[in-house]
Amino acid sequence: MAVKGVTGKMTTMKAKPISRRRWLQWTLVLGAAAALPGRVWATLVRPDAAFGATALDQALAALGDAPSAHEGIEFVTPDIAENGAVVPIRVAVDSAALPNVTKVSILVEMNPNPLAASFNIPPGTEVYIETRVKVAQTCTLYAVVEADGQLFMQSRETKVTLGGCGG
Amino acid sequence: MAGRIKIRAQKKGDITEVKALMRHPMETGMRKDEAGEAIPAHFITEVAVFHGDQTVMQGHWGAAVSANPFLGVRFEGGEPGDTVRVTWEDNQGGTGEGQTTIR
Repeated sequence: MAVKGVTGKMTTMKAKPISRRRWLQWTLVLGAAAALPGRVWATLVRPDAAFGATALDQALAALGDAPSAHEGIEFVTPDIAENGAVVPIRVAVDSAALPNVTKVSILVEMNPNPLAASFNIPPGTEVYIETRVKVAQTCTLYAVVEADGQLFMQSRETKVTLGGCGG
Repeated sequence: MAGRIKIRAQKKGDITEVKALMRHPMETGMRKDEAGEAIPAHFITEVAVFHGDQTVMQGHWGAAVSANPFLGVRFEGGEPGDTVRVTWEDNQGGTGEGQTTIR
């Protein structure tokens, strides 16, 4: 409503310097606009620091606080992957055990950049992700989920007989 | 380059299951070709799944997602006949899009 009032008078005020009141109004409007979709903005921005990290602890630190293990996260990876270039993985979270999950990240410990993928899960979407990742060598894979601002994880070791970086 | 995406969306009980297969090399930038030249990085960085105009899932990817990426997600609601759309963007400005109707 404040926006309408301001824009309606805009033409008559053109040449005059902006008044204190008007400036305050605009500050409020812009402030509200910036604050409301804050959550949405935060999720759409690519976590570049986490993707650029070259060590597991760096990547985890870039995602947030150290995650604690949680049994509500089902993380399925093959015990042995014949081809490290295509390792199927699945993350599913039991919403009764761990509600309000908003983000799922997949990390591969020994990859040049451990963070492989990060998914934002809006309400109404099952916390269920299936995809395939490259695993450079035998190591531990981590599924890290964010719920109510806290990080939880589940890890699995996958043995790789043929590396994911090879040609 | 606009890549096509193979998508299947199937309603199972209250849940709609979406499976998408994208065609993309997902080059890490760390491999070399036969001549020893580095192959430039070329991978999908952003991917999103929509049900109608609702975002069902939005993801950021690194080069460690396998070539010709597969993605499976599940969401509540969705009726047979509704549109499900998957889009991607890569680090070289390429995009891909595909859509299907829920079965």
